[in-house]
Parts: sequence; C-alpha cells; structure tokens
Amino acid sequence: MRFMILVPASPETEQGRPGTGQQFADMHAYNEQMLKAGVFIDGQGLHPSAKGARVTWEDGDWGVTDGPFAEARELIAGFTIIEVSSREEAIEWLRKWPTSCAPEPGLALELRQVLAPEDFTATHPETVSTGRLQP
Amino acid sequence: MSPTTGPRTDEVARTLEAVWRMEAAKVTAVVARLVGDVGLAEDLAQDAFVQALEQWPRDGIPHKPGAWLTATARRRAIDRIRRDVNLASKLQQVGHLEELRVAELAEGDFDAALEDIDDDVLGLIFAACHPALTAQARISLTLRMIGGLTTREIARAFLTTESTVAQRISRAKKTLSQDGVTVEIPSGAELAPRLASVLEVVYLIFNEGYAATSGRDWVRGDLMEEAIRLGRVLSALAPREPEVHGLLALMEIQASRTRARIGRDGEAVLLLDQDRTQWDWALIRHALAALDRAVSLLDPAQDAAGPYVLQAAIAACHARARTAGATDWARIVALYGQLGVIRPSPVIDLNRAVALSYAEGPAAALEVVDGLVASGDLADYHLLPSVRGDLLARLGRDDEARAEFARAAEMTQNDAERALLRRRAAGHV
Repeated sequence: MRFMILVPASPETEQGRPGTGQQFADMHAYNEQMLKAGVFIDGQGLHPSAKGARVTWEDGDWGVTDGPFAEARELIAGFTIIEVSSREEAIEWLRKWPTSCAPEPGLALELRQVLAPEDFTATHPETVSTGRLQP
Repeated sequence: MSPTTGPRTDEVARTLEAVWRMEAAKVTAVVARLVGDVGLAEDLAQDAFVQALEQWPRDGIPHKPGAWLTATARRRAIDRIRRDVNLASKLQQVGHLEELRVAELAEGDFDAALEDIDDDVLGLIFAACHPALTAQARISLTLRMIGGLTTREIARAFLTTESTVAQRISRAKKTLSQDGVTVEIPSGAELAPRLASVLEVVYLIFNEGYAATSGRDWVRGDLMEEAIRLGRVLSALAPREPEVHGLLALMEIQASRTRARIGRDGEAVLLLDQDRTQWDWALIRHALAALDRAVSLLDPAQDAAGPYVLQAAIAACHARARTAGATDWARIVALYGQLGVIRPSPVIDLNRAVALSYAEGPAAALEVVDGLVASGDLADYHLLPSVRGDLLARLGRDDEARAEFARAAEMTQNDAERALLRRRAAGHV
C-alpha cells in the first residue's frame, strides 16, 4: 500500500530559504535508506506558495488567486511517497524521519494513504473498469 | 518512545511485525556475518523477534526498534558462540573471531552497524536464492529472511499449510549450512548464474501475485508488491547490473495495469482494450526510468540486452503509447526477435506473431502461427488456438475463429480467461 507524507511549510520554506547542509545530508541519508529498503517511490520539495496559485469555482466561474498565502499552517512544503506493507510500517518509517528536518512545534508530518484498486472494488464495484471514476 | 504504561499487546505485535518487515534482512545479515552460517543466523534473528514479542508489551517499544533487534540478535549470537565450542573453533579457522571481538567492542553503536551492511544484505539475498535449493525453498526463504514475512503469511500467499512452509524453510537452512553457504557476494564467472537465480526467484514471486490478481485475490496480489519491493532493494544494492533494473521495470509496468486488467464482472480485459487512464502512471514513470538506467549500463559494442531488459523494453512500448493505436509494433517485433535469439522459445515466437499481425497484418502472422501449430511444440498451450482464432477473426474467417476460441476455452486453467474465450467462441466479442 502506498502512503503520502505531507511536510508542512515553515517561515523559512515560505521565504524560499534552502535548508542547512546538515538538513540536506540527513534527508539524503534518510531517502537513501528508504530506497535500499525498496519503499521509496518519490520525494519532492515545493517552491514557496508565492510561486503558486489557488483556483476556485464560484458563481459559475473559475477564480485564480496568486500566492503567497498567509495561513502558513495549512501550507505544505514537500511530500514523500512510500510503498509499504502496512500503516504501522509507514508510521515506523516516519519515526525515522531526520530530527533536523522535524516540523516546528505545533506542526506535524501528515500521513495519508493513497487509494488503490482494491479500495474501489470494495466501495464502487460498478465503476472499477468503466473509466467513469477518475481517482 | 520511552516505555509507556501497558501498551496493548496486539498493538505492539503489529508494530513489531512492521519493524520486522523493515529490519529482518539487516538483522539476519549482521548475525550471518558474525556466525558465518546463514541458517543459524536466521534462527538467532527469529529468537530476537520472539524476545521482542515477549518484552515489548511489558517494557514498551524501544526508541530505535531496529537497533534493539540487531543488538539482541547479536548478543544471542555471541552467547551461542561462547557456549558452542565447535562453532567457535570453526569461526576461528575462517578468521571470524577477530571480527567478533571488534563487534563486541562496537556494541554501543548499532545504528552505525546497520548503516554499513548493504553488501551483507545483498549477500544474504544471494544465499537465500542459492541454486542448491529448490525454487519453492528459495521463494520461501527469500520472503522470510529478506521480506520479513511470517511462515503463516507465506503459507497463505501460496495456498499451502504453515507446516509445509516451515519444513521447506528448515530443510533449506540445513542445505545452506551443509554446503557452507555464506553471505559473500559471488564474483567472476559465478556472478551471472547466481544473479540469474536471484532474479528468477523475484520474478516467480511476482508472477504468483500477478496471476492471483485476475481472481481478485488481493491477499495473494500482495506478492506482486513484495516482489517489486525486492526488485527495488536489488536495484539499490546492485546498481551496476542492467538485468536488475530490467526486471524491476518489467514488474512495475505489468503491475501498473492491475486496475485496468479486470472488467466489471471480474473478467480479464486484454491489454489493447484496457482503459489507459486506469494505468498507474507513477509506477510507469518509475519503470521507464529503471529501463533507461538498464540500457545506459549496456555497452552497445559488446553487451547484448538480457531477457529482462528486452521484456521490459517490450512492455515499455505499450506503456509509452497513449492509445493502443499508437503502439510501435515494428519495434516490438524486433525486440521479440532479439529475445528469441537469446532465449529460443515457441512462446516468444507466438508473441512475435501477435506483434507482427499489428505491424504487417494478420495474414503474415497467421503464416507464423500455422508454422507453430505444425511443429506441435505448443500443443497444450491455450494461447495458441486463442491467438489463431483472433487472427482468423480479423481475416473475416469467423467460423474457423469461433472453433479456435472454443478449443482455447477448454484448455485454459484460468476462470476469467475461460469466460472471455467462451464469449468470443459464441461470437459476442
């Protein structure tokens, strides 16, 4: 099963400041460890929200708001995708997350499971292969 | 985590199971290096697991669970060597006791020990897949020692009993001990056949899972994920081997179609009829990168691509085509031709004929297929009449086509496939 780890933004990431050499080295070693264990699928950092946009659907029209966005608590700065055998295993991998890259107090790394084929057969058997459902 | 007050036993057991899936190979590899005996190392690693099962619910989950397991297994190994005079003298002969003293001194820092054992883990994979073992034994031992699966999980995945698997594993460990198999990585002329044996095991595990998913049997489908995980481990630990990346790419592309290959009523959906939006494009991207890596490792002047690289390249032709109509069939024909040279087989000729039917038309392909029928090589293979029926249908020879589909339906063992063939025999598809 596949999981996404969402990494929260911080004032530093929102200002586009690169991490310290130590943080880079620690994160690299961590990703390497996951790669060697066969669980690492993808991991990317994101530009500050200033370079992003929010698109909404209101009153029958698309509205586009350019970043940056103020609510830093709701912003993400990166993600990692892993493929593991259980939710417990995903959590054990999170417990190995480099402490130098740990989120600030009050913020959290968020673990979310990615939907897989079996989730659809269980809930929407009729839509599995018709192509109507676009997960 | 500091010891918590009375964590629930089943919660701890689930965490331990997860930690074990992550650490089993490393723990076993560390111990195998120490005691010079893979079978004994597996026993000692299992002892550490059992000790955790007893201790963790009482004392809490250790802060670094992997290091705890390694330390415990290593302590048991050292105890064992102290008690067992024969083992100690054997280790002395091969110069292992020196390492043991160093190991004792370094016992403080297990994290570091776990960092630097890539080669031992790779050596352990080679040992588990040793050609002296039967295919079934290699599969069971690999899932257990490298994948960290329990005997029960392996038994369930292979539709057999726990005692059968346990027997297989204990016989296999005995064989490894008798043959003096260690965690050395083979080199020189030995490497190619040993690596082939490893890749075969991984692909057998994958195919067991792949076949099972057509029956919506997701428990066994997990084997597919397990095989891909093993493939990823190998590609990280043996990054210079093109066939390792080729196998990973092949498995990932095949797995990327899981969602699309079963229809609404559980029937098989053929590759060209699949809804490509349902393919797993993240997996495909991964696979194509692995294939590129494999190809870049081949020296065009002197290396021929191996069977996994070629099969992955064929699968990639489909994965790169946004629609079935955009498939580069001429390239697929050429790749099957190359595959037929290094692995002559009528099944490959049959596949080549299918590709030829799209590259040059059904008549050219029918000639090849009729040649295969005449040779009698594939007399029991249901895909021969199935393909022949398909070619005849495309040539407008419907009655002959339906007879071939009916014959194929009688021959297949797979329910989903039989249903599809019967519908074609009745002229519904």
